[in-house]
Amino acid sequence: MLEVRGVVVVVFGDRTVLDHVDLDVADGEVVALQGPSGAGKSTLLRVIAGLLVPQAGTVRSGGVDITELPPHRRGIGMVFQDEQLFPHRDVGQNVEFGLRMQHRPKAERAARVAELLELVGLPGVERRSVTSLSGGEAKRVALARSLAPAPPVLLLDEPLTGLDRELHDRLADDLARVLRATGTSALMVTHNAAEAARVADRIVSWAH
Amino acid sequence: MDRHRPALIDAPPRWLRPALLVVPVAFLALFYAWPVGTLLAQVADRSAVSKVLGREALRQVVWFTCWQAVVSTVATLVVGLGPAYLLARWGFPGRRLLVAVVTVPFLLPTVVVGAAFSALLPDAMLGTATAVVIAHVFFNVAVVVRLVGTVWAQLPADLVHAARTLGASPWQATREVTLPLLRPSIMAAAMITFLFTFTSFGVVQILGGPAHATIEVEIARRATQLGDVGGAAVLSVLQLLILAVLLVVAGRTRRSSELPLRSVERARPRTMRTRLGVTAAVAATTVLMAAPLVALVTSSLRPGGRWSLTAWRTLGNDRAVRPGAALGVDPLASIATSLRFAVVATVISVTVGALAALAISGARRRGRLLDVGVMLPLGTSAVTIGFGMLITFDQAPVDWRGAWWLVPLGHSLVAVPFVVRAVLPVLRARPDAWLDAAATLGASPLRRWWEIDVRLVRRPLVTGAGFAAAISLGEFGATTFLTRTGNETLPIAIGRLLGRAGDIPRAQASALSVLLAAVTVTVLVAVDAMGDPAGDRPGSR
Repeated sequence: MLEVRGVVVVVFGDRTVLDHVDLDVADGEVVALQGPSGAGKSTLLRVIAGLLVPQAGTVRSGGVDITELPPHRRGIGMVFQDEQLFPHRDVGQNVEFGLRMQHRPKAERAARVAELLELVGLPGVERRSVTSLSGGEAKRVALARSLAPAPPVLLLDEPLTGLDRELHDRLADDLARVLRATGTSALMVTHNAAEAARVADRIVSWAH
Repeated sequence: MDRHRPALIDAPPRWLRPALLVVPVAFLALFYAWPVGTLLAQVADRSAVSKVLGREALRQVVWFTCWQAVVSTVATLVVGLGPAYLLARWGFPGRRLLVAVVTVPFLLPTVVVGAAFSALLPDAMLGTATAVVIAHVFFNVAVVVRLVGTVWAQLPADLVHAARTLGASPWQATREVTLPLLRPSIMAAAMITFLFTFTSFGVVQILGGPAHATIEVEIARRATQLGDVGGAAVLSVLQLLILAVLLVVAGRTRRSSELPLRSVERARPRTMRTRLGVTAAVAATTVLMAAPLVALVTSSLRPGGRWSLTAWRTLGNDRAVRPGAALGVDPLASIATSLRFAVVATVISVTVGALAALAISGARRRGRLLDVGVMLPLGTSAVTIGFGMLITFDQAPVDWRGAWWLVPLGHSLVAVPFVVRAVLPVLRARPDAWLDAAATLGASPLRRWWEIDVRLVRRPLVTGAGFAAAISLGEFGATTFLTRTGNETLPIAIGRLLGRAGDIPRAQASALSVLLAAVTVTVLVAVDAMGDPAGDRPGSR
């Protein structure tokens, strides 16, 4: 259960990006946050992930107030808009990253990486360079990387933009399937209403 | 708590930043700032300054330094624009090989260039200003080919075509369209060539003879031969000031091309005329650039005009040449010394350079100060660095005159800026979002820095290590001051051998130069193949 209460973010001292935002994501629920770009959707994700400190408000996860926790202790995963795969590591090492941070033994890590790559439809690509991936493949790897440490909550920032129509729809369906299969609570930011409907259980429209 | 922290996710962790600064700052303060301070203190006595500056001989040195640099620069541009045009605009088989042939001189240690031209030019020309200028041109043609050629290759051919359809003759189109667009790059090439030739030491020392001295050569002569430390200090400070002014000017004329980056368009020679023209140009360029190196190899094999391997065979044992008359140089030992120093200098420069780069990129805006500090040795002539160290570390508790490590340390002062410049762009280009991603994957601040920034610098550090090794192998200016008997490096041994009479020493100098050139070029080519070519010339000082 993710609970956001009264979050306020002001940038440059005067522009209010988020003005007392409340939002809930139930366990296992996939929520789409849909609205025009520039509405502060990504900013909210960054607050929840701990990458940005809000001027006011609280974020609770599993009943615990995590507002003051640094991002690496929150157990909240995030799929970034441009994937942000580490180019100096291959696919397997990217997916493995979060597991290494948890000090999991090597054999377990390898098994988990294989499992995740299988889940996102890219079995056996561990040793490929991330720079050799196509746009769709990179997004799948980014999803696998975020899911590998099994975060109870996953944030997705426009995870499907920049793909052609057919690929986009296929990936949207895969994303919905993977999130359900792993039972991950998810909050996805998108500007695309059709995409939101395709992936999410519930859509929160943001006009701002 | 402070809720206005701008960059929440940052690397390295705040508490680590001061620790990263310690080594680079201490290194620069001790081995750069202190010696430069000592030099400045030496000239605090005004009467000594006016005495030195008032001398006619000194005015001649400054005058020669300036005019040979101007003539060398103009000649380099005139000679270099041909190959630049050829390699930028024409595609032909073997083009890449020719690029390599033109680039190699740029990578050679100055003593090797000096030795090559003393092998190539007739004896009557040695010791003349002409010899110096010719060697400078050979050395710096690559600057023009690289800087001007890159822009030239991206000029759309249709720009000239447009001018032609508007009634311009080929020459008018060149003058009205091509040259103005190339001007920023030509100015940049001129500026760099001028800086290199103005501070030229090895080439002038070897080819200029007793009658021609640049400020660099004169500093060395006064300090090491005449024992005129005060005069040498005045000249060093003068050189520092002139260089500072030149670098500021160079910074102002930064190449700003208004051209959008385009794909390269190269024409294939198809008509009879263009084929002949390209072939002739390729042949001329090859001969010009290869002749000195061919002469170098030949002269190592032809002591006294007869083919023999004597010079090579006697490298390890100079007694065999003239019984009882040792050369005072052990060529074979100098190879071992050079390799040993190169390893030490590389370790020092890589350590200091890596820490400096990580500290600079971590400190963001405040890092600029250290950035400037790290680059200062680059704007200081190697001779000044060596001389400053020599007169600073000569009394207890820092009497390090006999310490062998002072030599590789001097080399690493010259090399650190190159290491930093190889590493820093990689760190600066690293998106902050990677840190965010690592954070959401559970990486602590220290871990984020270690896993991302520290990992990222490994590859460019290999490049930096190659630069440092090449610089150390070829370094001549600073080494001249810091070297001690028994610890001669290859360039020092070559310089000594060239200064001796007789056929065998000269052939030996050539043989050692061939070795030094081969090792240096191999290191740099290996590095180039491994990483990105960071552009600047490392082996020149």
